[in-house]
Amino acid sequence: MPRARLVTPLVFVLALAGCGTQQNALAPESHPARDIASLWWWMLGAAVLGVGLIAGLLLLAWIRRGRRGIGRDTLGPKPGERASTAVVLGLGVAMPLALIAALFVISDMFVIRTTQAPAATRTTMTVQVIGHQWYWEVRYPGTPAVTADEIHIPVRTPVVLQATTDDVIHSVWVPRLNRKIDTIPGQRNEILLEADAAGDYRGQCAEFCGLQHAHMAMIVVAEPRAAFRRWLAANAKPARTVSTALAHRGEQLFMDGACQSCHTIRGTSATGTAGPDLTHVASRATLAAVTIRNDPRSLAEWIRDPQHVKPGNKMPDLPLTSAQVNALVAYLDALR
Amino acid sequence: MAVAERRAERLELIWAERPGVLGWLTTTDHKRVGLLYFWATLVLFGAGGVEALLMRTQLATANERLVSPNTYDELFTVHGITMIFFFIIPMTTGAFGNYLLPLVLGARDMAFPRMNALSFWIFAASGIFLYTSLALGVAPNAGWFDYVPLASRAYDPGSNIDFYCLALIFNGIASTLTAANFIVTILKLRAPGMSFNRMPLFAFAMLAAAFGLLFALPSLSADTLFLFLDRRLGMHFFDVAQGGSALLWQHLFWIFGHPEVYILIVPAFGIATSIIPAFTQRKLVAFPLVAIAELLVVFIGFGVWAHHMFATGMPTVTLVFFAAASAAVVIPSTIQVFAWCMTILTGSATFRTPLLFIAGFILFFVVGGLTGIMFVAIPFDQQVTDTYFVVAHFHYIIFGAAVFPIFGGMYYWFPKVTGRMYLERPGQISFWLIFAGTNLLFFPMHIVGLLGMTRRDYTYPGGLGWAPYNFAETVGGFVTLAGILLLLGNLVVSYRRGEPAPPDPWHGGTLEWTVPSPPPGYNFAVIPTVASAYPNWDAPSGGLALDRDHEQTVTSAADGRLVAIARMPHESPWPIVLALCVSLVFVALVIGKFALAGICCALCALALLGWHSAEPEEAS
Repeated sequence: MPRARLVTPLVFVLALAGCGTQQNALAPESHPARDIASLWWWMLGAAVLGVGLIAGLLLLAWIRRGRRGIGRDTLGPKPGERASTAVVLGLGVAMPLALIAALFVISDMFVIRTTQAPAATRTTMTVQVIGHQWYWEVRYPGTPAVTADEIHIPVRTPVVLQATTDDVIHSVWVPRLNRKIDTIPGQRNEILLEADAAGDYRGQCAEFCGLQHAHMAMIVVAEPRAAFRRWLAANAKPARTVSTALAHRGEQLFMDGACQSCHTIRGTSATGTAGPDLTHVASRATLAAVTIRNDPRSLAEWIRDPQHVKPGNKMPDLPLTSAQVNALVAYLDALR
Repeated sequence: MAVAERRAERLELIWAERPGVLGWLTTTDHKRVGLLYFWATLVLFGAGGVEALLMRTQLATANERLVSPNTYDELFTVHGITMIFFFIIPMTTGAFGNYLLPLVLGARDMAFPRMNALSFWIFAASGIFLYTSLALGVAPNAGWFDYVPLASRAYDPGSNIDFYCLALIFNGIASTLTAANFIVTILKLRAPGMSFNRMPLFAFAMLAAAFGLLFALPSLSADTLFLFLDRRLGMHFFDVAQGGSALLWQHLFWIFGHPEVYILIVPAFGIATSIIPAFTQRKLVAFPLVAIAELLVVFIGFGVWAHHMFATGMPTVTLVFFAAASAAVVIPSTIQVFAWCMTILTGSATFRTPLLFIAGFILFFVVGGLTGIMFVAIPFDQQVTDTYFVVAHFHYIIFGAAVFPIFGGMYYWFPKVTGRMYLERPGQISFWLIFAGTNLLFFPMHIVGLLGMTRRDYTYPGGLGWAPYNFAETVGGFVTLAGILLLLGNLVVSYRRGEPAPPDPWHGGTLEWTVPSPPPGYNFAVIPTVASAYPNWDAPSGGLALDRDHEQTVTSAADGRLVAIARMPHESPWPIVLALCVSLVFVALVIGKFALAGICCALCALALLGWHSAEPEEAS
């Protein structure tokens, strides 16, 4: 595979370097994303030459402007026609044919294979990602673990990502790890998900899916295998029982009020499915599909007025007193 | 001389139309219909531009809350629909095509003058129909691509999407009429002697665009009709739960949508191939290759649609097939690019404003074309699709490659249409402003797309490195606006105070430069006989004096032999009456009164009867 030797100078030229950003397709952290990025740098190189060629021809014409061209003849046959036609056929037919054929073979016969979902013989690990307006449900087949907006995977392990949808079309995209895949109603699409280094990789819904399409992000957390196994075991368990009085009050409110009609907390009577599973919500770094941080203050703000934080989202503004909000926050914050 | 003057007087009387506003409402003169199209599309271009600038202002900084999410969704949806269906297609075909085709072909009008007027009035009504939805706060809001199930009743219960479906079917009627009219005009009304190989490239381009429209639109109309039936009558074309298919929408949409891209830019190729020879005083290099390429690009364009759907999980074999087809479409484009460049290089180029716009167009087309070729690489396509990289790509094509020639063409044919010269210096400044502005507007989108910014987001978080690029884009948007205002100001001032234009200020090669500026109602006092593709340059020959009636020559499709003299219809009130009746049908449909819609259909039939009661007599 062409590796990105060109990368360093071109990054410099175009100031595209973005190691500090989290969603940069040109800061790949897996072999598929790296292959695609190299493809890009090679194509960019060829494209710069192509634009340079045409710009050069136009510039030459501009420098020679007003001069009598070899063909300044509006009457009769066209002088210089044969040479010009040869240029058109050579540069306009032969050259692009050769370049495009090469591009086609490299990208659509080789790179496409290295980036598609791995064969069943190569991996046993599958993650199901289900798009909802506007959050991601993440399931681990074979375990009861369900989480939202956070996909934990073991590092350096090919994972089959199965993408489906509960409502409209979304698209799962984590640019530093691989190309995107749409979630289509009635279809189960698959793509390879793999990370070479431990870390958090931001991703986002790429297909317009309604009012809060802009706030439908996710984080892929790649961690060492042991850490991943611990995380999975913890998340497979039902919710822990809470200890403080305030948290108990919150639990009561949750189970008696509107919350349980939309959210599931495994191990309790809450089994709603309209919103994300909250069994281990406190273990997640963000809320509302990476819209806000998951700390008690943001959580309180969210419960108080979700329509202000994320206008149009499916969680209604509920008539709650401050005391009730505090109790709910205490309860949810205890669900590690 | 006296003979010529008497002939002109006689023709003036025969071809005169009613004066005043009533004359504009009943006109069938292709030039006046073209001007109506021009003004209407310019207004809609303004609307689409305001929508774009509102979006750019919203995106200038991270987490901006200038407009609500729903307003933003309406803005990008209506912006897309407006620029594609209500600006570029009607501007290139309706305005430029209608005004210029008969002049370029040596004809006195379009083949079906009343149908031409009908297509304008239906177009205008469909524009009012679409913008009524915006005024009522129920504008289409699921993107111009309008994917189901997001656009289904379950997820979009208002009448937003009903307006979408009906506005596009409505507008499609106008485009279909225009396309049919263009095809017949180009095949049958060319001046005697203008065999197919002597046809100007402008006409080849219009022919390609017209065939494209005629064959692509049915797919869109079927698609939008299915959606309307799903939404309003509970059918299940796209309802997966009931055995329908969500991807069916996408296939039907892009079977139309990709040829559409070529329909947008091929007329622009036609404008470019008109301007380049005039300002280089050189016939176009590789003329036959370019003519074939113009037709081929639209033809191959019909086989590439699924490259818009590479991320939908289709089988790899399908992906690879469509990638190969998408690669093939590059060749006719590169042929044209090098033919244009070699003509400019080997000719004697004068970089007046029109040629500047064409040079800018070539550069934009090359940049947009090269990023387009990148989508042949399926894995790369799937990385950048639905990001700002794609937004950058298609704006380089649509703004750079379709709108730049429109601007260049405005300057180029301004003397012909108004009889006045435009101001050269402000014209050149307007070019540089627009050129710099659009590059600043669209180039950073490539980068921000690669940095992971997705499309159709009403806002974005800070901290991902996107904000500086977005701010630059917004600045570029306003620079572009300044350039466009200068362009329009130039044309308005020149129209009032410009120097009088001679019939042929550029020494152009085609027939429109042989008639006075502005052209009289009958265009050609003597129908010219054509012996080359550049009849104004090569041995001008005699012609056919056709001055006894409202008449037009008809020639054979391939070799341009004179086969008949047709009597052309006069101005008529029926086109606007019929368009009004058709509008009522759509109003009735959108408010869900199907019985009323039936009654309005009957009214349309009556209007058609009225129309045909005033047939011109049989051709002699």
